[in-house]
Amino acid sequence: MDVQGRSLTPRRLPLGTRPYALLAPGTAWLLLFFVVPMVYLAKMALSQGLFPLFRFDWAWSNFTDSVSAYRTQLVRSLEYAGIATAVALAISYPLAYWIAFRGGRWKNLLLLLVIAPFFVTYLIRTLAWETILSDGGLVVSILRDIHVLGPDGRLLATSAAVIAGITYNFLPFMVLPLYVSLEQIDPRLVEAAGDLYANRVVSFARVTLPLSLPGVFAGVLLTFIPAVGDFINAQLLGTPKQYMIGNVVQSQFLSLRNYPTAAALSFVLMGAILVLVLVFARALGTDRLTAGAAP
Amino acid sequence: MTATTATVELPRRPAAAARAWRLVRRHLLDVYALLALAYLFLPIGVVVAFSFNNPLGRFNFTWQGFTLRNWAHPLDYPGLGSAIQVSLEIAFLSSLVATVLGTMIALALVRYRFRGSGATNLLIFVPMTTPEIVMGASLLTLFLNWRIPQGFGTILIAHVMFNISYVVVTVRARLVGFDRHLEEAAMDLGANELVTFWRVTLPLIAPGILAAALLAFALSIDDFVITYFNAGTTTTFPLFVWGAARVAVPPQINVIGTAIFVIAIAAMLANVLLQSRRARRA
Repeated sequence: MDVQGRSLTPRRLPLGTRPYALLAPGTAWLLLFFVVPMVYLAKMALSQGLFPLFRFDWAWSNFTDSVSAYRTQLVRSLEYAGIATAVALAISYPLAYWIAFRGGRWKNLLLLLVIAPFFVTYLIRTLAWETILSDGGLVVSILRDIHVLGPDGRLLATSAAVIAGITYNFLPFMVLPLYVSLEQIDPRLVEAAGDLYANRVVSFARVTLPLSLPGVFAGVLLTFIPAVGDFINAQLLGTPKQYMIGNVVQSQFLSLRNYPTAAALSFVLMGAILVLVLVFARALGTDRLTAGAAP
Repeated sequence: MTATTATVELPRRPAAAARAWRLVRRHLLDVYALLALAYLFLPIGVVVAFSFNNPLGRFNFTWQGFTLRNWAHPLDYPGLGSAIQVSLEIAFLSSLVATVLGTMIALALVRYRFRGSGATNLLIFVPMTTPEIVMGASLLTLFLNWRIPQGFGTILIAHVMFNISYVVVTVRARLVGFDRHLEEAAMDLGANELVTFWRVTLPLIAPGILAAALLAFALSIDDFVITYFNAGTTTTFPLFVWGAARVAVPPQINVIGTAIFVIAIAAMLANVLLQSRRARRA
C-alpha cells in the first residue's frame, strides 16, 4: 500500500513532508489542548498557595496529603467502578452474543436499538433513574410490599443506586467492543469444535470466549475508566456518603478552588487506573489477547 | 407417585425432560437479551412519559396528569432556549473542525509510513482513555495560567480536542478497507491529484466521514463534565439541566431530551439506509 501510495503522488510537496502536513493541524490541537494542559496540571499538583496565587515548589506532600485525606472516596470509586463494570459485563456479554449470533439480518438494527437510549442526554437519563428509584416510585413500593425493603427502606441515596446509575450510563462502552469482537468470530470455528465432540459449554469456553477476550478487555477498559472518574451519579442518585473521587476533584476545583489538591488527586486517579489496567491486562494474558485479535 | 406409573413413564420422561431443557436452553438467551433491552429502554420510557406530565410543583418526579402543554411550548422556561442554541452552535462548529482535522490525521496514518506514526497513534489513543474530569481540570488550569476568560471559545476548544480522536478512529476504520486501484485508475485516465481526491477518494470515504461527524456532534451535544469545567458563565443544554436539577426540573427538559433522541435516531437510520443503498448500487 505504501509503495502504491508513493507511486501516484509525485508532484508538489516533497513526499517525506506530506504526512506531516496532513498531521500538523490536528496534532497541534491535541498537543496544545491535551498535552500542554496536562503539564500545567502536573505543575499545579506540585504547587502551593491559595487561589489565585499558586507557587510551584515541588510540593510532593500534596500527593500524600490528598491521598490520606480522601482515601475513603478513592477506595469507594474503585469499588463502585469495579462492581459497575462487572455488572455491565454480565448484562452486555449475553446481549452482544445474542445480537452477533442470533441477530441475522437484524444485526444492525438491533445494535442501533442498543445504542439508541444513549442519545438521550446523560444528565436526563440519570434524572430518569432518579424518578424510577424515587421513594414514591413503583420500584420502591413493590420492594416494600414484598419485604425486600423495610417500610422506610429507600433506593435513592444508597450505594446500590449510584452503582446502578453508573452501570447503566456506561453500558454502550461495554456492549459495542464486545459485539465487534464476537461478530468477527467465524461460526465455522464453533461448528468445528462441535464436530470434534465438544459440547456447547466446552466449545464456548474453549473457542468463543478466548476469541472474544480482546472485546472483553476493551469493554472493561472503556467502562471502568469513565466510571471511576464519574461524579454525576453520586451527586444525583446518592448523598455525600456515596461521594466518589470525582466529586472531590470537582468540588476542590470549582467550589473550594484548592487547585493543587485537586490536581494531585487527578494524577492519583490516573495512576490508579494505569496500575489496574496493567494488572488486568496481565491477568487476561496479553499473548492470548493478541492471538485472539489475529483473524 | 406409585411404582407402576413410574415404570410406565420411565422411558418417556428423559425425552420430555430433555426437550423441556432444550426449550429453556434455546430461549434462555432470547429472554435474557430481551430483558436487557427492556432495561436499556426503561429510563427512556420514563423520559418520554414524563414529557407529557403535568407536574404540580417545581419537580417533575411523580405522575400528576396528562398534558400536551409542554410539547406545545417546549422552550417556555427562562434560559432554556439560549442554552439549546449554544449547544447546537458548539456541536456544529466542533464537529466540523474535528472532522476536518481528524480526517486529515486518519489519511496520514493509513496512507503513509513515516517516522512518528507510533507517537501520533499514542496521542490519538490517550485522550480516549483519560477520565473526562482530568481533561476538564487540566484545561481549566491551562486557561487560568494563560488568563484566557472562559466561555463559548474555551468550550469550543475543549470539544474539538476530545472529538478529534473519535473522528480519527472512525474514519480510519473506513480507510483501511479502501481499494487504491480506483485512485490509480482515475490518475491513469488523466485526472490530477486534486481531482482524484475530490471525485474518487472523498465520495468513497464520505460515509465514514459522515458517521464520524455525527458521532462528534452527538458527543459534543451530550458533554457535561469537560464543559462544566470550562464554560465560565456560558450555559449549554447539559449545564442547564444540571442547574435545573438542583432547583426545579421543568418537563420541558424531557421534551427537549425526547426531541434530541428522536432526531438522533432518525439521522442514524438515514445513515444506515444510505450506506445499504450505496452498497446495493455498487
